[in-house]
Amino acid sequence: MPESIAAVPFVVLAAASLLGAAMVVLSHNVVHAAFWLLEFMMAVAGLFMLLSAGFLALVQIMVYAGAVTVLLLFTVMLTLRHREDAERPLDLSWPAAGIALAVLVAAGAVIASFRPAVAHAPAVTPGIAEFGRLLFTQWALPFEIASVVLLIALVGAVWWSGGEE
Amino acid sequence: MVVGPVAFMALAALLFCIGLFGALSKKSAVLVLMCLELMTNAVNINLVALSRFLTPSSLAGQFAAAFIMVVAAAEIGLGLALVLALYKARRTVELDRLDRLKG
Repeated sequence: MPESIAAVPFVVLAAASLLGAAMVVLSHNVVHAAFWLLEFMMAVAGLFMLLSAGFLALVQIMVYAGAVTVLLLFTVMLTLRHREDAERPLDLSWPAAGIALAVLVAAGAVIASFRPAVAHAPAVTPGIAEFGRLLFTQWALPFEIASVVLLIALVGAVWWSGGEE
Repeated sequence: MVVGPVAFMALAALLFCIGLFGALSKKSAVLVLMCLELMTNAVNINLVALSRFLTPSSLAGQFAAAFIMVVAAAEIGLGLALVLALYKARRTVELDRLDRLKG
């Protein structure tokens, strides 16, 4: 169990995630954007590992890097008639940049005024076994609701996208 | 040298704003959904980091992040199904060409 969070892996993973996010927005090609999203997801999984959240890192790789990226690539393939359609203008708009910048400034002000009670990561964190125990005791009801939500979303997705009419 | 919660919060804020900028400015529905995923991931980083630093024993932030992942997975599945239905009906996924309701 790491006693604290080292700076070097954090900087590497943060740079990787920022690069991935920026390239999703700045890619001319939709397929390239999907692969940069994959890189971003893997970097976030690494950040979760750094934060001793092993289970979430696994879920991140399986759900996001695996399922979501494949789903996005399939949709790109199904909605493009020609190879050239993947190339597209960047669509960067100044009002959107202004809104995003305003949110960033507001978030920065909140973060700057944030005084953490603890400056360093606690040495001991519960492992994956404790996560599983809490999931089936304290968090059992939300867990069951989540499974119903996923089932309904699955049926709804088939309902919307499938069918002849 | 060690990294505190503020570094993670700053990273999450930056990622969230990149995603917000993309979601607001992109005209392809698929790219907007990708940028929404960037935003949910930024929120998850924040939750897991604050859980690690402030309430490490209860894992509350990790559970919140796990349930956000569930909702985000449902959202991307339904969103892409909508994009496919839209493509079947209108032969386009460009959001600025979906102007039937415009007066």
